[in-house]
Amino acid sequence: MEEAQTHDPRACRARHLVRRSLLVAGQVAIGAFVSSAAESAWASDPVSPTNIFAPDSTPAHSIYRLSIFELEILGAIFVVVFSLLLYAVIRFRERKHEEASEPPQIYGSNQMELAWTVLPVLIVVVLFLSTAQVIHRVQDAREPEGTIEVTAVAHQFWWEYRYPQFGVVAANELHVPVSDPARPTPTYLHLLSADVDHSFWVPRLAGKTDLIPNHPNDMWIDPHETGLFLGQCAQYCGTQHAKMLLRVYVESREDFDRWVHTQQQQAAASPSAAGSALFVAKACFVCHTIRGTTSVGQAGPDLTHLMSRDTLGSGAVPNTPENLLKWVRNPDTFKPGTRMPASDVTDQELSQIVDYLMTLR
Amino acid sequence: MYEWLGTGDHKKIGLMYIVYALLFLVVMGVEAVLMRIQLTHANATFLSPELFNRLFTLHGTTGVFFVAMPILFGFGNYLVPLMIGARDMAYPRLNAFGFWMTAFGGLLLYASFFAGDSVAQAGIAPDVGWFAYAPLTATAFSPGHSTDYWNLSLLLAGVGSISGGANFVATILSMRCPGMTLGRMPLLAWMNLVMGGLVLVTISPLTAAQLMLMGDRYLGAHFFDTQAGGSVVMWMHFFWIFGHPEVYVLIIPCFAFISEIIPVFSRKAIFGYPAMVAATTSIGFVSLGVWAHHMFTVGMPSYGNAFFVLTTMVVAVPTGIKIFNWLATIWGGRIRFRTPMLFALGFLFQFLIGGLTGIMLATAPFDWQLGNSYFVVAHFHYVIVGGILFSIFAAFYYWFPKMTGRMLNETLGKWHFWILLIGFHLTFDSLHIPGLLGMPRRVYTYEAGRGWESWNMIASIGVIFQGVAVLIFVYNMIQSYVKGTPAGNDPWDAWTLEWATTSPPPEYNFATVPTVHSRRPLWDIKHPDDPDSKYE
Repeated sequence: MEEAQTHDPRACRARHLVRRSLLVAGQVAIGAFVSSAAESAWASDPVSPTNIFAPDSTPAHSIYRLSIFELEILGAIFVVVFSLLLYAVIRFRERKHEEASEPPQIYGSNQMELAWTVLPVLIVVVLFLSTAQVIHRVQDAREPEGTIEVTAVAHQFWWEYRYPQFGVVAANELHVPVSDPARPTPTYLHLLSADVDHSFWVPRLAGKTDLIPNHPNDMWIDPHETGLFLGQCAQYCGTQHAKMLLRVYVESREDFDRWVHTQQQQAAASPSAAGSALFVAKACFVCHTIRGTTSVGQAGPDLTHLMSRDTLGSGAVPNTPENLLKWVRNPDTFKPGTRMPASDVTDQELSQIVDYLMTLR
Repeated sequence: MYEWLGTGDHKKIGLMYIVYALLFLVVMGVEAVLMRIQLTHANATFLSPELFNRLFTLHGTTGVFFVAMPILFGFGNYLVPLMIGARDMAYPRLNAFGFWMTAFGGLLLYASFFAGDSVAQAGIAPDVGWFAYAPLTATAFSPGHSTDYWNLSLLLAGVGSISGGANFVATILSMRCPGMTLGRMPLLAWMNLVMGGLVLVTISPLTAAQLMLMGDRYLGAHFFDTQAGGSVVMWMHFFWIFGHPEVYVLIIPCFAFISEIIPVFSRKAIFGYPAMVAATTSIGFVSLGVWAHHMFTVGMPSYGNAFFVLTTMVVAVPTGIKIFNWLATIWGGRIRFRTPMLFALGFLFQFLIGGLTGIMLATAPFDWQLGNSYFVVAHFHYVIVGGILFSIFAAFYYWFPKMTGRMLNETLGKWHFWILLIGFHLTFDSLHIPGLLGMPRRVYTYEAGRGWESWNMIASIGVIFQGVAVLIFVYNMIQSYVKGTPAGNDPWDAWTLEWATTSPPPEYNFATVPTVHSRRPLWDIKHPDDPDSKYE
């Protein structure tokens, strides 16, 4: 490209100044962005419980490190190209005295074309190699001994979790043990769908993987800290896609074993005969299972240990007696369009059913 | 009336495409406003989930098939014959057929509003999303006729687009005036040639998939019906082998506008014409091999994922070449900041950012986090609004004088530009953040306490600015059409053939078919002592 000629030292200095300040501003912007993104404080106070830049599990960590590396490269590209654009637009604006004439016509330059072809190719090679490495590390990881196996089945609009190793079936709240990096006990999720496409996305634990009918998928997590990790379905799956929330409870090994032990029990004999009879009479059993009773429906969540859950309706509302009552009367109150129909029951029958449900601990 | 309904004139058909698309632009804008109101705060109840789902399906389907495609086909129809010195498109009747098929496709989609109980709840408008993943479209999950409206509407529009694409290819290959070799064609013609070719190759699988879906719904075909063993992933492949090149079908004609506007307002020939042609055609070819980057989360094997990372990143190279050539065209020029140039510069800046966030999404592991989140929504709106819509506005300000014989008002044009720029950045810069903080797309509402509320609020406020900007534009068009400054043949002192005839051009375009000797025939006439033909 033609270098502009000027003999005015002031203009020269001004241009130099513009160039300098652009460079500095660019560096500050990138630096601030990357360092704030990389702020390790985010892990303890992650701005959002679903922040992808606050990883707490190996797959999420691998993605995070790759992202930061890539953001630095892309940020540098942006600063260079944007500065060139800004400089060109300011420097080459039409001045009053130039209006009648045309600037020198330049048709191209093979050297320049070669330069801005080869340089991007090199950047692409670097980015591709680092990406392929992370793909391999996450996707082709070997399952170590001591892995927890969970079969996650997505339904419109809730999650079913089966633990074949323990004979446990749970719903909507996934419990896994914490994984010590020295002696990892990761959880492998085998992903199935009972109806349409869904996607399992808990950003702080791993990237998302879709649950697709007739197309089993796998993913894994190995959370390094205990606590509650949130997420939600990330593939549009129908009316209530928005309230198909994910809750992952990461527990110490002792707490997890205790939870498994509780979940393995059958439902205790009901002190409320009226309620359990209504559960059958009002056809609740068609969709719901309560182990230890005649209710063995598969379409809705297993209710054997309903009261051990914090939420109702796949995270839609807290599991309180009032909410439970409203939910059973008409789930549309909280989650319009959910597959469970409103109950055709009197207020007395309703409270008897709810009393019964509240015994399922 | 019949003069328009029965016309085969490429200019009239072009204008009908444009007006039709502008009407639907307003419709999809209203849909966007309603959704943004619903999303201003957590757990809002302004819209029901059913209505919200219908609105985002219509917003996406309308935007791609009934706004962006027709408006670009409209400009292409109007400009290509003029710029290659032809009297019309190669197949005028096919041209009219294509327009009317597309037009009826759009009307059919919106007829669904009147097929249900309540027009205010959008009737039985489709609610499967614009890529309509199986098996949500199967009769088991979508009973009634809601999905049929989507299915048939795109079938019609697809047939229309294919005939339009064929017409572009035929016209550009066989209707050029004497002296206009392929190497002397304006870049706009080159880019529309690539676009036409892409339409032929990529709308066909979409149309095939629509037929298969119809077979599933009414003939028990079981292509995508999972309950009978059909394959969801096959629908995804069919859809995205259309869907990704479609992005280039939309952006390449915009590259064309920019490649005509930047040289004229920088007062310099386009830098690296052969490189621009090579970059465009290679984008065309490579874009056919990138589709599964929309499917990084469906469980492809690791080498499959790696392959599509590579092909997608490779597109960045020819795209970078274009950006650098546009920059080099500006470099050393004398920039006139008229409204078309402002929009072109806005395009450059926003397309740069949209391209970089595209590379982030091409990185499969990064996409495992960002895919289907609001980051994706922000990214493709950056390209579609910040890139495509800005360059369409550039094209309006640049060619409106040719089409109507009157200039658009510059002052209103600058207000339009700056207000739109502010609104655009308020909305779409903000929307990246909730994506990084875990907000998935297509949710009719969201939970409080996830750090998403303020960004969504800012995004919604930005929509007000964008709406005002579009109103200014509409007012400007009407006012200038009635009493704008007369344009004359060549108001921008430009160099391509459309400026050699009157504004608006006569039905036959040119009294005598021109003969050209270089890429810039009007430069040669204006500078007989130093013509381009000496350097090419």
